[in-house]
Amino acid sequence: MLYALKISTRYLTASKAQTFLLVFGVAVGVFIFIFMSALIGGLAEFILSRTAGDLSHVTIEAEARDPDLLLHDAKGIVMLVREKDSSREARLTSTDAFLPVIERLDGVTAVSQQITGGGVLRRGAQTAQVSVTGVEPSKVSAIIDLASYLVEGSVELGAGKILIGKRLAQDMNLRLGQSVRLLADTGIDQSLVVTGIYEIGSGGPDRRQAYVSLATARTLYAMPQGISKIEIKLTDLYAADATARRIEAITGLPATSWTENAAQLLDALEAQAQTGLMLKSFALITIVIGVASALLLSTYRRRPEIGIMRAMGAPRSFVVFVFVMQGAMIGLAGGLFGAGVGYAVLLAFPSRDAFQPGNLPIDIAQGAYGVAILLTVVSATLAAILPARAASRVDPVTAIGQ
Amino acid sequence: MSEVLVDVRDLWKTFGEGEAETRVLRGLALTLARGEMSALLGPSGSGKSTLLTILGTLMQPTSGSHWMLGEDLARASDKDLTDFRNLHIGFVFQFHNLLPDFSALENVIFPTAVREGRETAAARARGRDLLVRMGLADRIHFPSTSLSGGQKQRVAVARALMNRPELVLADEPTGNLDRASANQVMDLIGEINRDEGTTFLISTHDEKIAARCRRQILVGDGQVTG
Repeated sequence: MLYALKISTRYLTASKAQTFLLVFGVAVGVFIFIFMSALIGGLAEFILSRTAGDLSHVTIEAEARDPDLLLHDAKGIVMLVREKDSSREARLTSTDAFLPVIERLDGVTAVSQQITGGGVLRRGAQTAQVSVTGVEPSKVSAIIDLASYLVEGSVELGAGKILIGKRLAQDMNLRLGQSVRLLADTGIDQSLVVTGIYEIGSGGPDRRQAYVSLATARTLYAMPQGISKIEIKLTDLYAADATARRIEAITGLPATSWTENAAQLLDALEAQAQTGLMLKSFALITIVIGVASALLLSTYRRRPEIGIMRAMGAPRSFVVFVFVMQGAMIGLAGGLFGAGVGYAVLLAFPSRDAFQPGNLPIDIAQGAYGVAILLTVVSATLAAILPARAASRVDPVTAIGQ
Repeated sequence: MSEVLVDVRDLWKTFGEGEAETRVLRGLALTLARGEMSALLGPSGSGKSTLLTILGTLMQPTSGSHWMLGEDLARASDKDLTDFRNLHIGFVFQFHNLLPDFSALENVIFPTAVREGRETAAARARGRDLLVRMGLADRIHFPSTSLSGGQKQRVAVARALMNRPELVLADEPTGNLDRASANQVMDLIGEINRDEGTTFLISTHDEKIAARCRRQILVGDGQVTG
């Protein structure tokens, strides 16, 4: 149908102003589509990086056993309150064999063994309750990128070293290089030197969290063997559920995805994505209506010519193809134009990594340019079918008489 | 005896229904021999244009038979009629009816290009030859809108001849032209009829034009009357 293509092209180039306006209208729709894709995608990435980005995506943690009930045969009505025994830390004892297996799983970027516990920091008369995490020195920034949050010192951990948050340091008037005593909830205490101060920007970790080396934590919590938990980081946040199930199947260890505790966040992201989808759908509907109405007008204007073509022996399918191809070409031109302009405009926004509060968190990589062009071509082609069918039904006798 | 090209019998064409019903053709019978050049005469409303439209397969009769080249066209599908029209019938209209966004040559080769799906070198060559024969050698690539009325009508004649049709139907082909242009167009039609044996049926009110045809067919009240 090369010849039908030529006729389509000729019709479009014969009415340059009309074609330009039509292509421009389609391009605006494509631009909106791309802008919304980049904005919604960037916003989701931003929210996730500021929340789940610093979380363990999959956590393997031994299930704590609650103490047995002592009251078995009480008479009358008895109200029992069973509280978790925080003095009996659950331990993972046989993880060494599984660690290499987990590290080799698809999408796993980091695996961090940790010993966690509570304690009190004491310096002179000042005390502060803290949660202590013992990590392997080489994996201090594996889960939370502490290095990026460091405001003083270094994140290197070793014997006798401790990393604390900025607020905790301020509360206790602690500075870099000063000593502090950490009394673990096991009753064991140790003198440690503050070698790094970080500021995540969140009250909890900055005021109530401290990091020591795994070896130091073994001493403090009297755990010569075993660990409290394993935290795992993935390349794809959304693969956490599947990865957790896979780890459980392979290792038999209880693995928890971050999504289990982030239902509200996921709901919010889903609602946001739905909003974006609706806006993008409206943009596509606008394109369809615009192309269909313009081609219907063109069909009406060219009725005598369609009649002549039919009289000269052009089959109905030829007429349909002429008008459908016009829709496709308008869609392609508008799609390419809109995508090009969209990309150029998005370039003006700071990249995701350079994002500053107050700016739109646009991710240029999520512009969905190919999808936008493809959907536009398909939509414009579909939009052209109705006018094309109307054109093919033109009665040549009546049309030539016009 | 000349070979019959077109044979219509008891041809009826009715428009509208009930009180609005109009019988334009009333049992019309007509045969056209191959190579004939005939004039179709009759007053307005006599059914000339309707007859041409049916003979051109642009419209089906309400009843009756319509044979051409051994094909029963009264019972053919729209697709078959379209193909038949493209291959065997040429049209020349009163108002030339050229495609305005195309050159003279592109208009002429349209019937072949639409059949073959592309503009072949052979089609271009024939289109050029026809335009040269029509005296339009210097207008081949001119936009059709820039041609004069007589030139447009000659392009239309060339287009009608492009696929070497057996039958060319011309509806008032000179009705919109001055006498000199009308004669020029009729000279060309006569020449092609003589040289190539193409059958022409020319509807006209002009007796001078009719006089240039070997046969005059009179239509009145939906029937051939003479």
